[in-house]
Amino acid sequence: MTDIFRAEGLGKTYPGVRANDDISLSVGAGEIHALLGENGAGKSTLVKMIYGLVRPDEGHMQLSGQPHAPHDPRAARASGVAMVFQHFSLFDALTVAENIALGMENPPPRAELSRRIAELSQSYGLPLNPARRVVTLSAGERQRVEILRCLLQNPRLLIMDEPTSVLTPQEAEILFATLRQLAEAGTAILYISHKLEEIRTHCDRATILRHGKVVGTVDPRAHSARELAAMMVGAEMKLVDRSGRSPGEVVLDVRALSTHAAHEGVALKNIALTLRKGEILGIGGVAGNGQDELLAALSGEIASAPGTVTLSGADLSTLGPDPRRAAGLLSAPEDRLGHAAVPQFSLTENTLLTAGGRQDIVKGGLVDNTAARRFAEAVIKAFDVRTPGPGTAAGALSGGNLQKFVIGREVLGNPRVLVVNQPTWGVDAGAAASIRQALLDLAAKGAGVIVISQDLDELLELSDRFCALNNGRLSDPRPTEGLTLDEIGLMLGGAHGMEVGHVPA
Amino acid sequence: MFRLEPRASAPLLWQVATPVLAVIATMITGGLLFAALGFDPVASIRTIFWDPLFGPAAGYSRPQLLVKAGPLILIASGLALGFRAGIWNIGAEGQYIIGAICGAAVALAAYPTEAFWIFPAMIVAGAAGGWAWGMIPALLRNWFGASEILVSLMLVYVAQKIAAWMAFGPMKNPEGFNFPGSRNLQQYPSAANPELIANTGLHWGVIAAGIALAATWFLMSRHILGFRIRTAGAAPRAARFAGVRPERLVALCLGLSGALAGLAGLFEVAGPAGQITESFGSGYGFTAIIVAFLGRLHPLGILLAGLLMALTYIGGELAQMMLNLPASTVQVFQGMLLFFLLGFDLLTRYRIRRRS
Amino acid sequence: MIDPIVVFVLLLGAATPILFAALGELVAERAGVLNLGVEGMMIGGALAGFAVANVTGSTALGFVAAAVAGMALSLIFAALTQYLMSNQVATGLALALFGLGLTAMFGKPYEGLKAPSMMAGPLGLNLMIWLGLIMVPVTWWFLMRSRAGLILRAVGENHDAAHGLGYPVRRVRIGAIAFGGAMAGLGGAYISIATVLQWTEGMTAGAGWIALAIVVFAQWNPWGALAGAWLFGGVTVLQLRLQAAGVALPVQLLSMAPYLATIIVLVAISARQKFGRSGGGATPGSLGQPFHALR
Repeated sequence: MTDIFRAEGLGKTYPGVRANDDISLSVGAGEIHALLGENGAGKSTLVKMIYGLVRPDEGHMQLSGQPHAPHDPRAARASGVAMVFQHFSLFDALTVAENIALGMENPPPRAELSRRIAELSQSYGLPLNPARRVVTLSAGERQRVEILRCLLQNPRLLIMDEPTSVLTPQEAEILFATLRQLAEAGTAILYISHKLEEIRTHCDRATILRHGKVVGTVDPRAHSARELAAMMVGAEMKLVDRSGRSPGEVVLDVRALSTHAAHEGVALKNIALTLRKGEILGIGGVAGNGQDELLAALSGEIASAPGTVTLSGADLSTLGPDPRRAAGLLSAPEDRLGHAAVPQFSLTENTLLTAGGRQDIVKGGLVDNTAARRFAEAVIKAFDVRTPGPGTAAGALSGGNLQKFVIGREVLGNPRVLVVNQPTWGVDAGAAASIRQALLDLAAKGAGVIVISQDLDELLELSDRFCALNNGRLSDPRPTEGLTLDEIGLMLGGAHGMEVGHVPA
Repeated sequence: MFRLEPRASAPLLWQVATPVLAVIATMITGGLLFAALGFDPVASIRTIFWDPLFGPAAGYSRPQLLVKAGPLILIASGLALGFRAGIWNIGAEGQYIIGAICGAAVALAAYPTEAFWIFPAMIVAGAAGGWAWGMIPALLRNWFGASEILVSLMLVYVAQKIAAWMAFGPMKNPEGFNFPGSRNLQQYPSAANPELIANTGLHWGVIAAGIALAATWFLMSRHILGFRIRTAGAAPRAARFAGVRPERLVALCLGLSGALAGLAGLFEVAGPAGQITESFGSGYGFTAIIVAFLGRLHPLGILLAGLLMALTYIGGELAQMMLNLPASTVQVFQGMLLFFLLGFDLLTRYRIRRRS
Repeated sequence: MIDPIVVFVLLLGAATPILFAALGELVAERAGVLNLGVEGMMIGGALAGFAVANVTGSTALGFVAAAVAGMALSLIFAALTQYLMSNQVATGLALALFGLGLTAMFGKPYEGLKAPSMMAGPLGLNLMIWLGLIMVPVTWWFLMRSRAGLILRAVGENHDAAHGLGYPVRRVRIGAIAFGGAMAGLGGAYISIATVLQWTEGMTAGAGWIALAIVVFAQWNPWGALAGAWLFGGVTVLQLRLQAAGVALPVQLLSMAPYLATIIVLVAISARQKFGRSGGGATPGSLGQPFHALR
């Protein structure tokens, strides 16, 4: 196997952070090479150096035997590197053809380009209409745009950044078929992910990063997911304790909940669910299928028709967030910075966002700053939030610490029902384990908990029952015990969501 | 080379230091500008920034400080609320004019009755007029999503036309020898807003400005509503999550800043200006925007910034008289000041690091 | 009687300053920059254009100077917003106030002077009216058909993605801001040189703000800007005609018409955007947001 890409001794330092340290790896022609690591392990810095967005401080790279030191992405593209981004790479208002033209150095005239797009999408089984505006495409179709954009340049090295995080398992299968087809044609593929199973099934080699350093390059098929995880995290993962739960009476009852689609959002369609005391209900699904909307409809950011959201017999459907919190329905949205917390504000001030009423911080409209600080300190202490103090700006905390604060703020509010969306997204393993444990403890004390997440492992680990959101519809919940990955895949796929109930377990 | 690194929060030192730096930079640039125009830069700067307070004619100019600062502070304290929430009322000048017209209308309707209720009724009318004029952009934004920036600004021109119409038509002084302009309210005791203590410049509008500062300080630092206003400006989604209704905030901020601007107009027409004229608006509504920013949207800062802006007004007039500097010098200064402030603001939001 | 051809010619003249300014701002906004300082750049162009035309006797040189002056003012905005990361709304306001003050200061010697006559063009319309009309398809072609226009739109739509593909977000934006400044300068100079024929303080009288509203009305499409400018020109001419015809309404109330019309148009288009078909409208995705390349 000839090496298409080689990196030797790459290093990059940011103020206070050694993002990459002496990184060496090689990707051969026809190889699908996984780059594996936790958030913050240095994967994206490494990739940005290859793609010319960031310049390395030390070390050097080679592409097909030639020195590779691109000073910007255009230079990288010119020398045969193509990249499919996880975020931030398509222009919603522009058409498919325009988006693809932007990713090319010398795009042919429009008609010619459209013809080539149609041709290529045929040969790889990725149908796309070049004249459609990207805003109208599904997540899977958007990814096709990105892939076609890369393929039109005949790349020697194709970088894929967490490509399956937005796909259903079925869509992911199609993607892997495409990648295999490409690899067989001689393209080298660098595949970034933290999903262990898909790496084990589809990748030829895996390089594992931890704290900016290469831990090792292994054959993923020869290791179990557990061993790979241990290399990634550096220690055996702690198992969460899920004992002591016995679901009681129904505390939250949602019936025929429908909402209108907001700007670029998804409309919820006839959602029905019941949640018992002491129960954790897991809601899976690919991002953008109504997760944010469901949380908003439960938190009170979106009001709904009378009788659709009932908490212990009290109809909360038409009420805003404040009265819902007073009634004991608390929530923690996915986006920590700017939704669940205000980055510029101190932790003390951030308690006022949701805890003003329940913690007696706000009385008659007046803010008791001392009480707010005390509560912030209580959250910091109870949830081991690493911060100089409650006066620190929320934006200065690491993702994991801020998430612990946000979840802790709600958990200490003694909710009857807590709804969380992506509670451990972008959080290091230690913090994630303690957040999961806090949710389990909360349920053990008798609260009902809804966990919305895209992390299937997390959902299977936490929840008593599991259901999936697809295009604003919620599938029937199934007991988590005994669910197979295939069944989950079908539930996430949605088209068959209604039939899942008939599949014999 | 240097590169910028965002700060998580703005250090207090830089928040205080940047306005001071901006003032110094403005003085230096202004001096250079004067030198280019053939004036003595040192003398010009001294005439504008020093002489009004301590110069030979300070006895006349010092009281003017409160007269000019009063409306600026009153308007700016209202604007600052909205700016904090990301609601851009830049039509305070229009609300100021309409407030003055409504207040004057009460007085002119009552003329020549002398009664204790007339002045309070004018205050109510002035505030109501400004509030209503501010509510137009608020409602158009809430109902249709129309930009409050453009609507409130268009309404300034409309208000100016109304003032001109009033001066030539409905409000024209019947005993005014057919000159445009209303009766002079200073000569109508029940409606006049006089200097309360001789040679201080203190009038009811200055007292109102003081009350407005104290009230907005309390609102922003002690009341949950102030927290919600700040949240709405810093993170709109978090504000919704906290239960803030954006529409209500828009109505509150535009209505309140409109009412305060209307009050400022009322106190001006009943006091220092005396009458509604064709060109009643004097630019206070726009200068107050600069005051609000220069004061960092904080009540104490607005107090200082308002006094400084008042100083440049008086100093500008003085420089016009003594040195023949153009009258518009002040406007240029104010514009430059805002530019420098916005530029130096970088230091509060970013750390500057040397690129390795 | 009102002759429709005469009215149309007057309309074209009244629409031209707004058309220039709106086309310039439209390009800036398509690149993701909200420059509220149009009024300041227009008045800068009005003075510079008038002064140079008056001194040299050449209106052509006047318009060149106006474009340069508008561009120079816009570059202050560009430096502050693109390098010093200042708030675009506040900086635009500052530019508007600064432009008005600066021109009042430097304009004194030119008060009371007369402008040289305009360059005549085909069909009895002056060359600037023609240039304005030509700029509509040119701007449209640039934005919608050229590679550079595609990149500019991409920068305005999603600056992070454009940066990720290696496009120079900041440079594209500075270019768009400078174009907007030059066009605003031309528009302003048209008022002083071709319409009012003299220089007075604050003579743009809100034309810059109206241009900003026209950009929204146009939904960021040059042809829409033409329609908006003509609508505005029509209202202005009608209002002046009614004044001349001695309608019973006071002059001051009639002269509110352009401003009220602007509000109405703005409300109508915003309502359509809010309640109309879904899809988010045409607002550039990154409009008004500062861009700071992280790491």
